[in-house]
Amino acid sequence: MMNVRLKEKIAFFFLFLCTLFIIVPVGMIVVLIIKKGLPALTWQFLTDVPRQGMRAGGIFPAIVGTVYLVTGAVVCALPIGLAAAIYLSEYAKDTLLNRIIKLAIVNLAGVPSVVYGLFGLALFVVWCRFGASILSGSLTLGIMILPIIITASREALEAVPHSFREVSLSLGASKWQTIRHIVLPNAIPGIITGVILGIGRAAGETAPILFTVAAFYLPKLPQSIFDQAMALPYHLYVISTQVPNVDEKIRYGTALVLLSLVLCVNLIAIVIRYRFRKQKKW
Amino acid sequence: MDKFKIEQLNIWFGKIHALRDINLSIYNNEILSIIGPANSGKTTFLRMLNRLNELEPYFRMSGRVLIDGREIQTIDLEVLRRKVGIIFALPLPLPLSIYDNVAYGPRMHGIRQKSRLDEIVERSLKQAYIWEEVKDRLFSSAFKLSGGQQQRLCIARTLATDPEVILFDEPCSGLDPISTAKVEETMLNLKKNYTIVLVTNNVKQAARVGDRTAFFLSGELIELDTTDKIFTAPKDKRTDGYIRGKFG
Amino acid sequence: MTKKITLRKLKEFIIEKLILLCGLASIFFVMLIFIFLLKEGLALFKTVKVSNFLLGKSWYPISEPPELGILPLILGSLLVTFGAAIISVPIGVACAVYIAEIAPGKVKEVLKAGIELLAAIPSVVLGFIGMVTLVPWVKKVFNLPTGLTALSGSIMLAFMAMPTIVSIAEDALYSVPRSYKEGAFALGATHWQTIWRLLLPAASSGILAAVMLGIGRVIGETMAVMMITGNSAVIPQTFLAPVRTLTATIAAEMGETVVGSEHYFALFAIGIVLFIISFVINVTADLFLHRKPK
Repeated sequence: MMNVRLKEKIAFFFLFLCTLFIIVPVGMIVVLIIKKGLPALTWQFLTDVPRQGMRAGGIFPAIVGTVYLVTGAVVCALPIGLAAAIYLSEYAKDTLLNRIIKLAIVNLAGVPSVVYGLFGLALFVVWCRFGASILSGSLTLGIMILPIIITASREALEAVPHSFREVSLSLGASKWQTIRHIVLPNAIPGIITGVILGIGRAAGETAPILFTVAAFYLPKLPQSIFDQAMALPYHLYVISTQVPNVDEKIRYGTALVLLSLVLCVNLIAIVIRYRFRKQKKW
Repeated sequence: MDKFKIEQLNIWFGKIHALRDINLSIYNNEILSIIGPANSGKTTFLRMLNRLNELEPYFRMSGRVLIDGREIQTIDLEVLRRKVGIIFALPLPLPLSIYDNVAYGPRMHGIRQKSRLDEIVERSLKQAYIWEEVKDRLFSSAFKLSGGQQQRLCIARTLATDPEVILFDEPCSGLDPISTAKVEETMLNLKKNYTIVLVTNNVKQAARVGDRTAFFLSGELIELDTTDKIFTAPKDKRTDGYIRGKFG
Repeated sequence: MTKKITLRKLKEFIIEKLILLCGLASIFFVMLIFIFLLKEGLALFKTVKVSNFLLGKSWYPISEPPELGILPLILGSLLVTFGAAIISVPIGVACAVYIAEIAPGKVKEVLKAGIELLAAIPSVVLGFIGMVTLVPWVKKVFNLPTGLTALSGSIMLAFMAMPTIVSIAEDALYSVPRSYKEGAFALGATHWQTIWRLLLPAASSGILAAVMLGIGRVIGETMAVMMITGNSAVIPQTFLAPVRTLTATIAAEMGETVVGSEHYFALFAIGIVLFIISFVINVTADLFLHRKPK
């Protein structure tokens, strides 16, 4: 019996070690970036254009570019994603077609990001003749975050109790009225969470924008959606691998800005989800 | 004239045969009580009258259900459901304010005018005997009301759509005796203007409010007669057994 | 009034059709991606044989004439993925078991947040961190001319696969009915025996799916790999040499190709290979996830 207990202790200790092996490096990565990046974070760094071949100055155009791209991606993906989620949660019955739709969503989520880049290049840049532009990049990122938005919105819609729908229908409201006035308003926090997670993903991805929009060095702001733009993740890639002798401070500073952007966005999503759970009315 | 006429109605959910060969009429301005043990098909019958059963997957039916001489499948679904309102077993307020709950139906039917909505809300709440209790907090959440108040709010909400028939699906199953008495009193008062079908587990409630009473068992209509006769001289011994509490 | 209603019905009819259309959007986009990859990629096979492309041992796209064999790249991807799987599968599953079964309430929340944090870090940031920490470390420890090796890539990718493996495996463990566990406890089994003999087998198909999706993530990963594996397109002999993966090849070279050139088509053909790999992995994992437990 003693033997069995001892075995259990050893096993649990081993499991604990494995867990530490994941969690500790995560903490170290975040701490390292904050510690080394914080000194670089000045007002000038955030608001100035890159200078001296990106070895000095700031990262303002990259921040702006990322904001444009992310906004564009959400504008493209939200209406389609939300409608798709409504279809799956409110209209779809258990048929082969819907099984295929779900499988397609899983696949869309699993396509390697660089393949999205290729696809965006072939369809938007070359075939649609949008060129390397914010438009092409946004559309590519939009399709990439579509599965995230669909999945989160669908969960949110399905969490609205069935009885609300029944009550609304029994009062003579049509199906669409029920969705519009009862289901959607109660699913909004979940939908917002999905959108925010999509934003986080779109802001951090590099491969899909490599050939569709990203400019190596463009020290002015884009004027229209047909312009190229810099973007934070690509900028970090460029200054860490393509440009020699960049001050470590600038690299860490850029990494910190990108990381904080993505983590803040995720944190907001978590807070919304948490608050919504607490004040749920049913 | 009959409000509803049901002919040879059969309902299945997948392989479950929920109702078998039901034939009956529901008169104008009566309260028809339907009693029977669990799974006897009484709620299925009730939900047939405004076609809510069709929301369930694998629903199938045969036979005819007529309202005012017209088959219900030929009537616009939204119009039918407005005509035939339902009160569910549990109070189910929508996650809106008291006012918006009551105004929900009329708004969905296209009434936008503030003064008309105000008028409908006040009238409906008065009819459901809850106006005095909520008139000072019309814009607070309906979830803040007690269970009994919520159920009467639900009645008001149904009345606001201007129905001709009101279906009650065990409306007092979650309520205490005082709230139950209030809901029953409301029903009796509504009888003047509406046809009421009441499904209940509570045999005494059927005896208190029903003009006629129907007894369902295993998806079949066993007996239908005036409430007096059902409770004093039932023809079928299964009815007798049920109302005496021998099974249920 | 009736006119208003008909108008409303018409509007709702249109809305419902639009919703149905959007419901089909995911299928449409998956097909669109595949079609455009085929459109650009298949052009390669007018001049290059499929077998020479897949099994050719040298990748010199800019020599004259270009040699477009992707075997070194496939092997590079496989090697890095294999290494990452060896590290991440045991550790990831162990972590999932710890979180699902052993960690007390508060600790559990913290750990889950940590895993989510890891999942949220952009791959280019992880690549950067790998460059400045992991790569010099590998170089020093193994006394190599460069730390940009398959090993560095595997370690980094193992981390990127872990959030996927942990969260899906944890879900699988969590969805094992409680009654199983209670039954085992009632028979006097220890917690560990219950986990090892009962819970893990019962959750095995979900865990398998978790592993597959983790591997799918690794094969498709681009930026971090490109930044730390050294990108040399030769058939790898050891974990301690630089390699080049399929993804990194596309990302690194597409910028320099001319639209419509053989090299351009070849990169799309690599894209087809990647798409098919990820498709197979995702469909299989989905089958495992939806398999009814016995």
